[in-house]
Amino acid sequence: MASKPLSFYIHVPYCISRCGYCDFNTYTPSELNGDLAQVSNGYIDQLIKEVDIAGTRVSNEISTIFIGGGTPTLLDPNDFKRLLDKLQDKFGFKKGIEITIEANPDSINSEKLEKLISIGINRISFGMQSALPHVLKVLDRTHDPLNVERSVTAAKSAGFKEISVDLIYGTPGESIDDWKLSIQSALQLPITHVSAYALILETGTRLANQVKRKEYEIPDDGETAEKYLIADREFTKQGFNWYELSNWAKTGSECKHNLAYWQGNNWWGLGPGSHSHIDGERFWNIKHPNSYRSALKEGSPVAGREVLTAEDIENERVMLEIRLPSGIDKASLKSAQLEQVSQYLEGGELDKSAWQNGRIALTANGRLVADRIVRSILF
Amino acid sequence: MPAINLSKAPQPAATDPKQIRNFCIIAHIDHGKSTLADRMLQITEVVESRNMREQYLDRMDIERERGITIKSQAVRLPWKSGIDGKDYILNMIDTPGHVDFTYEVSRSLAACEGAILLVDCAQGIEAQTLANLYLAMENNLTIIPVLNKIDLPAAQPEKFAEELAKLIGCKPEDCLRVSGKTGAGVEELLDQIVAQIPAPVGKPDAPARALIFDSVYDTYRGVVTYVRVIDGHLNTRDQIQMISTGARHEMLEVGVISPEPVASKGLGVGEVGYLITGVKDVRQSRVGDTVTNYNRPAQEPLAGYKDPKPMVFSGLYPIDGADYPLLREALDKLQLNDAALVYEPETSAALGFGFRCGFLGLLHMEIVRERLEREAGLSLISTAPNVVYRVLRDDGKEMVVTNPSEYPEGKIEEVYEPVVRATILSPSEFIGSIMELCQDRRGTLLGMDYLSEDRVEIRYTLPLGEIVFDFFDNLKSRTRGYASLDYEATGEQPADLVKVDILLQGEQVDAFSAIVHKDKAYAYGVMMTGKLRELIPRQQFEVPIQAAIGSRIIARENIRAIRKDVLAKCYGGDITRKRKLLEKQKEGKKRMKMVGKVEVPQEAFIAALSTNADQEKSKK
Repeated sequence: MASKPLSFYIHVPYCISRCGYCDFNTYTPSELNGDLAQVSNGYIDQLIKEVDIAGTRVSNEISTIFIGGGTPTLLDPNDFKRLLDKLQDKFGFKKGIEITIEANPDSINSEKLEKLISIGINRISFGMQSALPHVLKVLDRTHDPLNVERSVTAAKSAGFKEISVDLIYGTPGESIDDWKLSIQSALQLPITHVSAYALILETGTRLANQVKRKEYEIPDDGETAEKYLIADREFTKQGFNWYELSNWAKTGSECKHNLAYWQGNNWWGLGPGSHSHIDGERFWNIKHPNSYRSALKEGSPVAGREVLTAEDIENERVMLEIRLPSGIDKASLKSAQLEQVSQYLEGGELDKSAWQNGRIALTANGRLVADRIVRSILF
Repeated sequence: MPAINLSKAPQPAATDPKQIRNFCIIAHIDHGKSTLADRMLQITEVVESRNMREQYLDRMDIERERGITIKSQAVRLPWKSGIDGKDYILNMIDTPGHVDFTYEVSRSLAACEGAILLVDCAQGIEAQTLANLYLAMENNLTIIPVLNKIDLPAAQPEKFAEELAKLIGCKPEDCLRVSGKTGAGVEELLDQIVAQIPAPVGKPDAPARALIFDSVYDTYRGVVTYVRVIDGHLNTRDQIQMISTGARHEMLEVGVISPEPVASKGLGVGEVGYLITGVKDVRQSRVGDTVTNYNRPAQEPLAGYKDPKPMVFSGLYPIDGADYPLLREALDKLQLNDAALVYEPETSAALGFGFRCGFLGLLHMEIVRERLEREAGLSLISTAPNVVYRVLRDDGKEMVVTNPSEYPEGKIEEVYEPVVRATILSPSEFIGSIMELCQDRRGTLLGMDYLSEDRVEIRYTLPLGEIVFDFFDNLKSRTRGYASLDYEATGEQPADLVKVDILLQGEQVDAFSAIVHKDKAYAYGVMMTGKLRELIPRQQFEVPIQAAIGSRIIARENIRAIRKDVLAKCYGGDITRKRKLLEKQKEGKKRMKMVGKVEVPQEAFIAALSTNADQEKSKK
């Protein structure tokens, strides 16, 4: 059976409204033909049923759990308690288990936060995105920027020791100064972790269509690159160190669940559209919540699977390890690959002292072209 | 029925020249030549009805699909005249219908005493037909004007009878009216061929002289040579000699086509048939050459022999470099059947290994390319076609340039470019637009004549280099497809030409170099740099694209560097997606060509080298 550490991802596929940039597998209640209570009724029981399926495949104690979405905080914390109890009964929790929940600043309050702590959730991540109302508007985010400060502070008072915020940069209409302001607002909060993502225009999203219709203009990629470098500088200055391309944390506050993805551990995704990775096999569930429900009833919600070949595993390893400060062990690559990638030493994309010490690790400038460097290693 | 049973018909080698009529059909593509030929085969009963199929004589797929006859044939048709009741042998010699094959057409005409001028009476005469008509008139052929497709609702026989009458100096009512489709009027046409076209005249006892008017490679039999005997006799087992090359062959088989090959004892004066000598390459049996008897050779060759001379050159490259040996093989094979095709290996820094090929003209080029792609399954890139320049350097040396990248650096005394006499037929409403186009292409107006009230013939002298690229497409779009074009080479003229190079990050891209008129260099530079800026993806460094004449930069564009090449997010489901993307990019990289350090996608070369019209076509 599985020997690698085991993580669980729990998907909550509901949002009150859909944001224009978002292509996640999430639905508004009206898209599912009902109100929230109706559409989410019985959902946790479905997940509990999928836990039983997982039990036939894996048996390790669980190292990390991440409840994401969608908007997990739309559901009653008591529901999560039932699910977490089930997971603990079935697999057991490793000592020091990390249990994270994603929260929307608009759908959280002190009472809810205390409840989440009481059921064992010990890490919370807020979708802040930006401190600027005009940027939030382009993203279709409905929250009041003040709510972020209010809810992060409340989380702190409720007893959360690990608090993270997510930021997005490169939104149409966001200036360099706007971005600096968002960074400063985030850094004033009592947080231990921050993620910052360049906006990705996903095909089919409302924002992508608006850009296509030229209602918005995507900022120049040089400017977006600049914003990454600013964020890296400011976060580092405040004691947040990069531990993955888009993630920074105080020492010891890295998100272990994320690291599990990047280190190729085993993880099981519960819920519609969730992906799993167990011992070199990847599989993913049916996306639509209703189809997921009926497929589960029939026996399995899995929509597709692939067994990774040795080449796939190697490609993924290079692609993921390069995103971490430890980088790639030079000894794991062929001399031709090393020769290929060494061109980036001169350009300042690879860290020279790491190279001396046998590792291929990216500088801040190198992180901006990480995919290109991966390509130069792999082909 | 005026058809004669084949066994009772006059036999090859024993047919009195007085009973022979040799004719060809001059017609434009689509005007129904193949269909008319089909009816003649049927009515003379050389093909049984149950064996009949459409376009019976067109052998190659490409001919049948495009309706173009590339190679001519000769069919022996026995016919009992409905007028005098006597037996005759009609030899129908098929002619290629396109401008690029003027020389081959002229040889086919030289094998005949008469020509049927076949015109679609819904469309009227076209430029190439007119050119071939003039050629036939120069050869003193008897012309029988025939209006085809009289069954069509849009037929205007009166209007086009006037037009034909004016062109050949006959009366409108002398134009025969037929329908190749229904067969109406075809018997009368056969009778008129007998009545109007003179019988061949030759010296039966003189040393043999036969004109080669076509030469075809057959996988099983080697080269099949089509001849018209002018004087004397050709007999099986004779030793024969080609006068121009001096080559001597044994004649393994002589025969006639009726319409399948039938071996005979020989061929006599005025007869048309084929020879097989076991030769494997059509270049040893050249169109226009004279065949004589080795033991009793004729002293004088027949007039009019010319070596085929390529007029248009283009580089052909396999898209997949590994296909280079296949391309060589395919060209070797094609050349067995195409004496006009020339090629030599060429290396392009941008496109890799390929061949510089010479063609008779644009259609010839298109056909060769299509056959290579179809018959050998190759995907090819061709560079922009160019013509042959004669360059006099100031050190007195002269050189012939068939590839822009060979254009000499340094001082040039004079450059000569080939010129053609172009004939354009068009509805008169487009005169202004056509003149504008020709003017823009450095044309000189030679004259203009009305063929009928609303149709006009416009004659220009044009540099060939100005029409090889997109002139015809332009002409067609300006005239909504109605204009037709013909041209013939008339010599050369000095011209103010320069070579424009395109540089990517300072590296010259040979495939994009072009020799253009000085006044157009800037426009070419701006067009090409602009096009490439759109086509070449951004790289990790800035890429300047420049157009230069020598060391002088005349246009410049810039492709900005990519600053950011990373996907920010990489969680659970993103991993598979990202890996798949990586695999796709890996595939994409295989189609990249490196120009210095710049990665250029294959598609960029194809798109940059094609005309707008090509792109329209490929969209369809």
